[in-house]
Amino acid sequence: MSALRFDDVRISLGRRDILSAASFIVEDREFIGMLGANGAGKTTLMRAALGLIPVASGAIAVLDEPVARGNPAIGYMPQNRGAMAGLRLTGWDVVASAAIGRRFGFVGLDKTTRREIDWALDQVGARDLARRSIGELSGGELQKVLLSEALLGRPRLLLLDEPLISLDPAHQKSIVETARRICDDLKVAIVFSAHELNPLVNAIDRVLYLGSGAAVLGAVDEVVTGPVLSRLYGSDIEVIRVKDRYFVMAGEVDVEREAHRHDHPHGSSHDHDDAHV
Amino acid sequence: MTIRMGHRTTMTTPMFEYDFMRTAFVASGIAAILAGTVGFFLVLRGQTFAGHALSHAGFTGATGAVLFGFSPLAGLVGFTVMVGVGMGLFGEKLAHRDVAIGMMLSLALGLGLLFLHFYTAAATQAAALLFGNVLGVDESALLTLVVLAVLSLTALAFIGRPLVFASLQPELADARGVPLRFVAAAFLAIVAVAVAECAQIVGVLLVFTLMVGPAAAAMNLTRRLAAAVALSAGLALAEAWGGLTLAYYTDWPTSFWITALSGMVFFGAAAARRFAG
Ligand SMILES: Nc1ncnc2c1ncn2[C@@H]1O[C@H](COP(=O)(O)OP(=O)(O)O)[C@@H](O)[C@H]1O
Ligand SMILES: [Mg+2]
Repeated sequence: MSALRFDDVRISLGRRDILSAASFIVEDREFIGMLGANGAGKTTLMRAALGLIPVASGAIAVLDEPVARGNPAIGYMPQNRGAMAGLRLTGWDVVASAAIGRRFGFVGLDKTTRREIDWALDQVGARDLARRSIGELSGGELQKVLLSEALLGRPRLLLLDEPLISLDPAHQKSIVETARRICDDLKVAIVFSAHELNPLVNAIDRVLYLGSGAAVLGAVDEVVTGPVLSRLYGSDIEVIRVKDRYFVMAGEVDVEREAHRHDHPHGSSHDHDDAHV
Repeated sequence: MTIRMGHRTTMTTPMFEYDFMRTAFVASGIAAILAGTVGFFLVLRGQTFAGHALSHAGFTGATGAVLFGFSPLAGLVGFTVMVGVGMGLFGEKLAHRDVAIGMMLSLALGLGLLFLHFYTAAATQAAALLFGNVLGVDESALLTLVVLAVLSLTALAFIGRPLVFASLQPELADARGVPLRFVAAAFLAIVAVAVAECAQIVGVLLVFTLMVGPAAAAMNLTRRLAAAVALSAGLALAEAWGGLTLAYYTDWPTSFWITALSGMVFFGAAAARRFAG
């Protein structure tokens, strides 16, 4: 069984094709790093898998089933984290609101649900953080609490959209390690988007690179090369590898770093541990 | 003036001796509990301005109803609910678009003014609508207020969980299958009823005082969701009854006292939060 399969998928937003003829298969229990410049279509790809954006042609299968909105087998962490800035509620209450948030009627928090919330928070090491006001957490702490929400309902596939955005290297490392551990312990597949490869490179199984409407999935050594990336970026790209760090260069410019610098993180009050080094 | 007590009372007559005082306590109590509860979610969603706009629509509805020979309460409720549902159906986006809402607000007030122009006994009616007339609530109006409040609170409890989820994390809620539009429209319909009830007590211009003041204060006083909702309703009730009592003994307008108490509680809570850290 595959976790996520794209068959010749074309997605258009407005008049533009964001993806054209994208085909790849993410296997079960695989940890995939999804890379691509800003605007390459990472968020769009995830939203299509969630059934929030229709495909223009081709087919997407999630765990061998067709796409369905609200699919409980997918755990999602959106890039846009919602309006948490200055919010006084505890992280626990926010996670609880997600845990029972799709149920209409007169719904109380029963013991099973409370335990499930605590379990999810434990998985990401955020049980203590969740006692504090969500609006007072630093970017890295907030990310952990929100990551726990993706685990609610024990999904089989996690789509994590830019969890590293505006985090300092230490917090980035901690989030990536947490994701790797979740992938192994909970036996889930993870698609983890980022616009820089290096924080992920030691943790991921394979890389999915997006650019110019195309998607290429494969081992890091096969995909992160001059010829492949030149095609995806539509310009001459040279890849320089120093030990296990990759530098994707267009002429003199490091394109991944450049992209990062121009990124405007959402949730603007959460960038105290912002460090674009 | 109808907005004044109109009865010169002596300190020795207990206020509950009077029928109109008992009715006023019940009416303002019900409206306050509804406003405090609904207002909490309004503040949580960052839609206080939409609530304000709805109260202005209420003015148009009430004056229009009087002009065409209906009861002002029917016009008030009917028109605010219509506008509320409309705003909700235009989606999250419009509800946060201050300019569009501001324009609707001016339009509504302008139209209300026109209706008043054609209606001869305008002055007292207008004052009662704008600044409230809790002592003018009669038995049949009281029954309407009770029924509407019970219906609204039941509906609010029914959509409560998806509403909180959609308010805090709309993108995640959308992906999980929460019908955002339905929730938004249903909620604004409930807000509209709460606004109409509040307008009976404090008038359309001062609806904020019972809908937003207690809720904002409650959020400064507790980090827990359930506690904050209860506290918001409790504070609104205390302010309404406190205002009524003070008005009885001073012969100053009830609405003035309610706004004074609401302001004191709000600024006191903000200060308490600052000092508590
Ligand atoms: N609703 C929309 N309508 C039209 N174009 C859109 C819409 N949303 C996103 N886009 C465009 O689609 C492209 C891909 O966006 P996105 O998936 O957010 O990229 P990424 O997540 O890789 O930064 C961008 O060029 C963006 O401007
Ligand atoms: Mg994105």
